[in-house]
Amino acid sequence: MRPVDVRTAAGRAGMLVGLFAAVSAFAAVADDWPLESPADGVFVHLGAQALASPDNGGDIANLGFVIGERCVAVIDSGGSASIGRALRAAIRARTDKPVCYLIHTHVHPDHAFGDPAFAADHPVVVSHAAYPAALARRRDHYRHGIDDSLGALGAGSDSAVPSLLIDTRQTLDLGGRRLRLDAWPTAHTDHDLTVLDERTGTLFTGDLLFVDRVPIVDGKVLGWLAVIDELLALKPARVVPGHGPLNRPPAAAFAAERAYLASLVRDCRAALRDGVSLADAVERLDGGEQRSRWQLFDDYHRRNVTTVYTELEWEP
Amino acid sequence: MADTLHCRPAQTLLRLALAALLASAVLPLQPAVADAPQASPVDIWPKLRNGLFGDRPIREDDADVVQLEAPARAEDAATVPIAIRAGLPQTPERYIRTLYLLVDNNPSPVAAVFELTPDSGRADIETRIRVEQYTDVRVIAELNDGTLHMARRHVKASGGCSAPAGKDPREAARNAGRMRFRVDGPVEAGVPAVAQLAVSHPNASGLVLDQLTRLYEPAYYVRRLTVRYAGKPVLSADIDFSISENPNFRFHFLPTTDGELQAEVVDTRDLHFETRLAVKPGHVGAAVPP
Repeated sequence: MRPVDVRTAAGRAGMLVGLFAAVSAFAAVADDWPLESPADGVFVHLGAQALASPDNGGDIANLGFVIGERCVAVIDSGGSASIGRALRAAIRARTDKPVCYLIHTHVHPDHAFGDPAFAADHPVVVSHAAYPAALARRRDHYRHGIDDSLGALGAGSDSAVPSLLIDTRQTLDLGGRRLRLDAWPTAHTDHDLTVLDERTGTLFTGDLLFVDRVPIVDGKVLGWLAVIDELLALKPARVVPGHGPLNRPPAAAFAAERAYLASLVRDCRAALRDGVSLADAVERLDGGEQRSRWQLFDDYHRRNVTTVYTELEWEP
Repeated sequence: MADTLHCRPAQTLLRLALAALLASAVLPLQPAVADAPQASPVDIWPKLRNGLFGDRPIREDDADVVQLEAPARAEDAATVPIAIRAGLPQTPERYIRTLYLLVDNNPSPVAAVFELTPDSGRADIETRIRVEQYTDVRVIAELNDGTLHMARRHVKASGGCSAPAGKDPREAARNAGRMRFRVDGPVEAGVPAVAQLAVSHPNASGLVLDQLTRLYEPAYYVRRLTVRYAGKPVLSADIDFSISENPNFRFHFLPTTDGELQAEVVDTRDLHFETRLAVKPGHVGAAVPP
C-alpha cells in the first residue's frame, strides 16, 4: 500500500484515520496533532497559551485551514518550519486536494514562520499590502528570536514573500467556497488581514482577537478599537482568534478584548493629563481589575502601556 | 558668568566618541574575543572613556551630583525610558554644564550629549532610548568646575536598534518634524519648571536590513536640538539614533516674569524644525504647530 493511498482514504473516511495509524506514520503524526473542526470543512489547531519555548516548540498560535471543492487555503503556518510540517501533515490526513492559498494574518513569528513546509505546494501566498515592508524590516530580527527561544526546534523557519497583496478587500474561491479577505488599517499591527469563510460564517481574526491571553498592541490601540467594531459588523457566526479557545460567542470575546484595550486608553490618557512620565506610567498603571482576567498579563501589560502611552501622547 | 551653549564644542566631542567606537569595532574579530567563554560583548567603556574624557578622573556613584534611573529589564527595547536626576540645583556658582548619556553596547554608544546652563534651573532630563543588547547605561555629569561624576545602570533588553521600532512606519515618515511643547504648571517665576518636548521623527538607525532589497534603510535621525527660554539657551543636545523614534525630552527651565520657550531641531537631512510656546507665570499649556 502506498502512503498516498492511506492518506487519501483517511481523509475521506475521517474517523478511520486512527485505524490507519498503525500502518502510516504520517497519518499517526497528524492524528496526534490536536485539531478542532468548528464548522464543516474548517479546521483549527489551537496553540498553547504560553510564551514560545523549547517545551512547546513555539506552537503558541492558532492555525487553520479551509477545504473547498477545488483546493485548500491555509491560514497562518505557525511558529516554526516544524510546526508548518505538522500542519501540512494534518491537512494531508484529511484531504488530497492541493494547497492553493497560504494566507498570512500578519507577520508575527508565532504565526508566519512555518511557511517553508508549504514550499512544494507552490501556493499563492496572500498578505496585507503592508506585509512585505513589515517582513523586510522584521525578518532577521524574528529569525534570531526563533533561534534564541527554540534552538534546533526552530531550524529552517521563515516567512514566504507574498505573491498576492490585499489593499482593502478581495474574495478567493476554493471551488464552491469563497473566502472574504479584509485588509485593515493599523490595529494589532500595520498589516492585519482577516479571513471570513462565507459558507459557515467563520471569521479567522488573526491577532485582532485574543481570547484569555492578554492582547499585545504592536500597532495602534485606537485603530484596533475601531476595527473591532467593523469585525463585529461582519456578523460572524463564530470566530477563530489568533490565540485562545473557540468556545466564546464573537460578541463576548470582542467585548472582553475591548474592555482591556479601553482600560489602557483610559489609564494612559489620565496619566498624560496628569503629567505622569512614561517611566512612572509603566510602574503605576497595573491594569487594575483587568489583571486577573488575562493569561500572561505580567509578560505584556507594561509593554502595552509603553506602546499606548507613546501613541496617545500625540493626541490633540 | 556662565558659559553659553554656543561655546561648547559638543559636536566635536561626539565625533571623538564615534571615532573611538569605530576603532573598537574591529575588536570582535580578534582571537582573544573568540576564546571568550561567553558571547558577552567586548567592554567598550575603556575606549569610550578614553575618547571622551582622556585620563581625567571620574567619580562614580556620587548621588549628590547625578543619579540615573532605568528599568533593570526593559519592556520594549526600542522605547526604554530613562531619567537623569541632578543632585544639585543649577546656580551660576555651581551647575552641571554637560551630561553625557552613554549606552555601552549600542552600535553608537553616545546616545546624547546635553548641554545645560544656570537658566536650566535643574539638570533633570528624561528621555527614551533604544537598547540593542544587554548593556550598562551611563550618565557622566561634567560640572562647571570641570569635575566628572558618573552614575550607571545595567539594562536587560535587546534588539532595540536593529529591530523594527516603528508601529506604523508610513505614518512616521509623513509626520517627521511635527513637534509639541508642553509645560506642566502652574509656572512660578524663579522656580524651575518642567517642560516636555516631543518630536515626531522616525529617528531611524540605519541598521535595519531590508530583506527584499538587501539594502539597509538609510539612517535618518535628529542630530541637534536647541531649546531657549526668553532667548537664552536652557537645553541643547547632540543626539543620535540611540534615542528612540519620536524623540521625547522632559527637562527644566527657570521661568522669569514672562518669556517664550523656543525649540529648534535639525535632522541628518539638514531639515530644520521649530516650535514655540509662550509661558507666563500661572500658565499651563501645550503647543502643537500645524
